Amino acid sequence: MAKYLAGRLLQAIPTVFLVLVLVFLMLHFIPGDPAEIFLGEAPTTPELLERVREQMGLHLPLHEQFLNYIGDVLRGDLGRSLNDKRDVLTEIMRRIPYTAELTVTGLVIGAVLGVALGIFAALNHGNFLDSAAMILALVGISMPIFWSAPLMIVLFSVNLGWFPPLGQGDPEQLIMPALTLAFLSAGSLARLTRSSMLEVIQQEYVLTARSKGLKGRVVILRHALRNALIPVVTVLGLTFGTLMAGAVLTETIFSRLGLGSMYFKGVSDKDFTLVQGMTLFIATFYIIINIVTDLLYALIDPRIRYD
Amino acid sequence: MTERALQVMKTDRDEGASQAWRMLWRRIVRNRSIVLGAVVLTVIALGSIFAHEISDYDPLKMSPRDRLQPPNATYIFGTDDFGTDIFTRVLYGGRVSLRIGILAVAIAASIGSVLGLVAGFQGGWVDAVIMRLIDVMLTFPGILLAMAIVAVLGKSLTNVMIAVGISTVPIYARVVRASTLAIKELDYITSARSLGASGTRILALHIFPNLLAPLIVVTTNGIASAIISAAALSFLGLGANNPRIAEWGAMLNAGRTYLRTATWLMNFPGLAIMITVMAINLLGDGLRDVLDPRLKT
Repeated sequence: MAKYLAGRLLQAIPTVFLVLVLVFLMLHFIPGDPAEIFLGEAPTTPELLERVREQMGLHLPLHEQFLNYIGDVLRGDLGRSLNDKRDVLTEIMRRIPYTAELTVTGLVIGAVLGVALGIFAALNHGNFLDSAAMILALVGISMPIFWSAPLMIVLFSVNLGWFPPLGQGDPEQLIMPALTLAFLSAGSLARLTRSSMLEVIQQEYVLTARSKGLKGRVVILRHALRNALIPVVTVLGLTFGTLMAGAVLTETIFSRLGLGSMYFKGVSDKDFTLVQGMTLFIATFYIIINIVTDLLYALIDPRIRYD
Repeated sequence: MTERALQVMKTDRDEGASQAWRMLWRRIVRNRSIVLGAVVLTVIALGSIFAHEISDYDPLKMSPRDRLQPPNATYIFGTDDFGTDIFTRVLYGGRVSLRIGILAVAIAASIGSVLGLVAGFQGGWVDAVIMRLIDVMLTFPGILLAMAIVAVLGKSLTNVMIAVGISTVPIYARVVRASTLAIKELDYITSARSLGASGTRILALHIFPNLLAPLIVVTTNGIASAIISAAALSFLGLGANNPRIAEWGAMLNAGRTYLRTATWLMNFPGLAIMITVMAINLLGDGLRDVLDPRLKT
């Protein structure tokens, strides 16, 4: 296992390096002079531009700029926001708890709903309850969250008055945004659980358990479900991307602080250093998540040996 | 000699092929998902293509006297805050959404297929370089990447389409590469090679047609998610500079202001996106069952 982990980490190095190169070049892809972008709308003089260029290291050859950039990143310096000149990494760290709270709650609710719906459909395989469950899952997949979220606000806040429509801090304010994210992942998890269950139910050990006289429910919960959930767990890791994308919309719609709304603000304000820093951060995080998922996979499924 | 052998292979193939097509067609028309998805999608497509015939209203014209009318006999979906007929705007919006969805996927699928074919067929360092690049793209959630691309290129619907296209290239590259790797090892490729067929000929005539099945399946579902992503970017205000444009995402965004009082502003474009995406997904699921049973999820 340790050997496998070391191998995976080694493999990740070229990916991380390429991410660094691309993120570094991002600022140079943008039409216009980075120094001018940094100065923004304010009127500039050639001398001022020259000074900024020197401060930013833009007068150096590209490879030296790149080396400096790597040095900065290794020291934890992701630059300063073009807008409010705040340190990007500090801002990211400040917002992580909000987004983590939202995405983890959403993922847990989504996984419970999705797996339950999937099992329900598999147990009713072929009859109308199966079809109904799958139509529900299809609705979950096809409904854009920038419509489902406002609908929820209308229903639960405006009409029923159960939850405050916007903001964060209270657990009450977390419910609607978390549900929005949950629906996003529940649909595909339900479909995956269903097909995985259907496959497992046909396996011999399930038949054996049945012929031993075990009750249907025991067979399903003790024998089939455990194995059926293996592919579901791997997909959970991949859902990270979906959740981050969902966080952009959910946090914006529900006016929450977080990485998603921060990224959106960076993009719409053309705050390129902020977008650059966040891109690097999210990409690195994603690489780590993927390695962790692979390890989890091995822990759950004893058939998989990595060494 | 080689030419003749290839000729013989071709005639045999043609006879078997027409029979195979007939069988495939029968399975397609018997599949309920495909038929339902295709019918709904055709209705939506015809509705947006003939929007100007179906509706007498203009999708942009303002008539302040009629603003914020709930659905009624004159305006079946009601009117928006400018007094424009929402039904008309939804019809015209379909043109934009369907076009962006299809073109974005066309961009993604063509770039992705070429990358995947070359990587899978060539192997070695070419494969390593291409797949590393794809890995890098995959480290970043698609829609966030699309947002960054729009930020760099500037706000416009064309850029949204390009951004959604570029950000989804990895999906197609991976599927095509995996299929190419599998097909490349099959006996008929070895025979074609031993008959002296060139690499390009093998790729174009023998490998590509055989990976069309998985490609059609991912492409169909890809159009569904491209429509959602493009509408999401537009909803976030990263689409057209004109906020009055008849486009579903932009309409949802404009409707947010009247969330409490005039829900129909959001509900009809929302429903339009959902029904379109559901129909495409149904079609894609059905096609997957028929064309590529291995991909079943």
